[in-house]
Amino acid sequence: MTQVLETSVPATVSAQQPAIRSDLPLRIAVPLMVLVLFIVIWHVGVQISGVPQYILPGPAAVAQAMVKDWSTLWPALLVTGRITVLSLLLALIGGVGFAVFLVQSRWIELAFYPIAVVLQVTPIVAISPLILIYAPSTQAALLICAFLVAFFPILSNMVQGLKSVDHNLLNLMDLYGASRWQTLRYLKIPAAQPYFMAGLRIGGGLALIAAVVAEFAAGSAGAGSGLAFRLLEAQYRLNIPRLFAALILLSLLGIAIFAATSFISWLSLHRWHESSIKREN
Amino acid sequence: MISRRASLAWRLQVPLPVKPMETMENATQTVEAERAQRPVVVLKSVSKQFSNGTVALTNMSLNVRAGEFISLLGPSGCGKSTALRIIAGLGAASDGHVDWPSSRINAKGQPEGDIGFVFQEPTLMPWRTVFSNVHLPLALRGISKATATGDIMKVLEQVGLEKFANNYPRELSGGMKMRVSIARALITKPKLLLMDEPFAALDEITRQKLNDDVLSLWKSTGITVIFVTHSVFEAAYLSNRIVVMQARPGRVYVDIPLQTSLERGALYRSSEDYRSACERVSRALLEAMGGSLEGHH
Repeated sequence: MTQVLETSVPATVSAQQPAIRSDLPLRIAVPLMVLVLFIVIWHVGVQISGVPQYILPGPAAVAQAMVKDWSTLWPALLVTGRITVLSLLLALIGGVGFAVFLVQSRWIELAFYPIAVVLQVTPIVAISPLILIYAPSTQAALLICAFLVAFFPILSNMVQGLKSVDHNLLNLMDLYGASRWQTLRYLKIPAAQPYFMAGLRIGGGLALIAAVVAEFAAGSAGAGSGLAFRLLEAQYRLNIPRLFAALILLSLLGIAIFAATSFISWLSLHRWHESSIKREN
Repeated sequence: MISRRASLAWRLQVPLPVKPMETMENATQTVEAERAQRPVVVLKSVSKQFSNGTVALTNMSLNVRAGEFISLLGPSGCGKSTALRIIAGLGAASDGHVDWPSSRINAKGQPEGDIGFVFQEPTLMPWRTVFSNVHLPLALRGISKATATGDIMKVLEQVGLEKFANNYPRELSGGMKMRVSIARALITKPKLLLMDEPFAALDEITRQKLNDDVLSLWKSTGITVIFVTHSVFEAAYLSNRIVVMQARPGRVYVDIPLQTSLERGALYRSSEDYRSACERVSRALLEAMGGSLEGHH
């Protein structure tokens, strides 16, 4: 067959060459500059106002506390980080698995989705005392609390994604005699990726929040305690520089989780989904 | 028109031996005559009523013979697409039935692997490359990419996209996406290609090029095509048979065979045969819609 291609190849094809202009240095430099400016203002403000350290320590005092208390803060960071990551992984497995189960039939969804909603709308602080009673250990209780909070956004987004598949593509799968499993594997799960990634990013942040809140509620002390307990401890002892240091570590952990989930999302979507493609005009 | 040998050669992906022209023509005519008698699909008094009470199709009978290029033409709501979807097994008829006299039928009552479908939209999976999109029907049959590479590249070559195998659909123009969709429909080497207004959303130039490509594929593969369109000109250009339909309720108004001694192409577009076919079909369409051509002069 003699073919005559359209004479104009779309711009995006030719635009596949590596972009010459990159704004990456700027994207790093600008927030860094703002951060440095904020620290300078903070430092100058504390120095000028003469506010006592037990109310608002300066950045230098916080840095000192970070170095001095590193042996206490680092293990606590690891504990909180482990609970957050584990709960997120469990929420991923549970959320995706339960979503796949729910969309198998309208009746299954009608029967089980309300249970997931009840778990979501009940405040975790209210459930945590019960979980602390029933869980075999405090760590397990913290894990369950963080899981419950991270689970729902992943479930909800995944259900939405699995149900938002192009009907023509579903027809196509029917036409080629695809089994239920093949439709799930080749169509529904890939089509739900953007929804799943949105759920993952929300779930990642919420898992950390839930881990901290659960630890506040549990108030576990000792070697196995996380950053939230160290925060409370510093507050009781009026060791505000350490409180700030713990808070900064929590923020850094949150940023790391967000960066990791965003990177996973980019890896998964950057070749084809509009949300991850730079607009070419 | 295409011979069965050519069709078979394409299906088996082997080159055709060169034969003296006269012998080949005789053989072609004989095979043509044989094949014309052999129905691919037969619709018997098919009706379709949707759950909201709308009667989309009523008492439609159609005998589709092998190698035909049939256009279903009619106004919106005349049931063209509904008929096509019933043939494809994407919707069940409320009444009547669809027979497949020359196909092996699966448990769902559909011919096994004998249908290719091209939707109005390209309906590609944006997360799969052009190659992977075309591979999909084979993947569903458990055929690996490594095994299918030759076939996939061949069909991509047929639609002029072999250089775009590794591109994603978003990197292609509307016409190119539609070519991928056609390639995907052809990869299983179906007996029947169903096309539901495939070029409706494209500009006129691309549409004409794709019309020529579809004709070329039809000639080279010998596939039977049922093509749904709103366009009288497209239908008259492509088809050797046009079924004009009426709306509310959808039904067949008239079945028009189109014969021409001319090769369809640029020359045919400016020929008296084409002009007369367009006029004939336009007249039938207007009558089907309750008007007359004279009233429009």
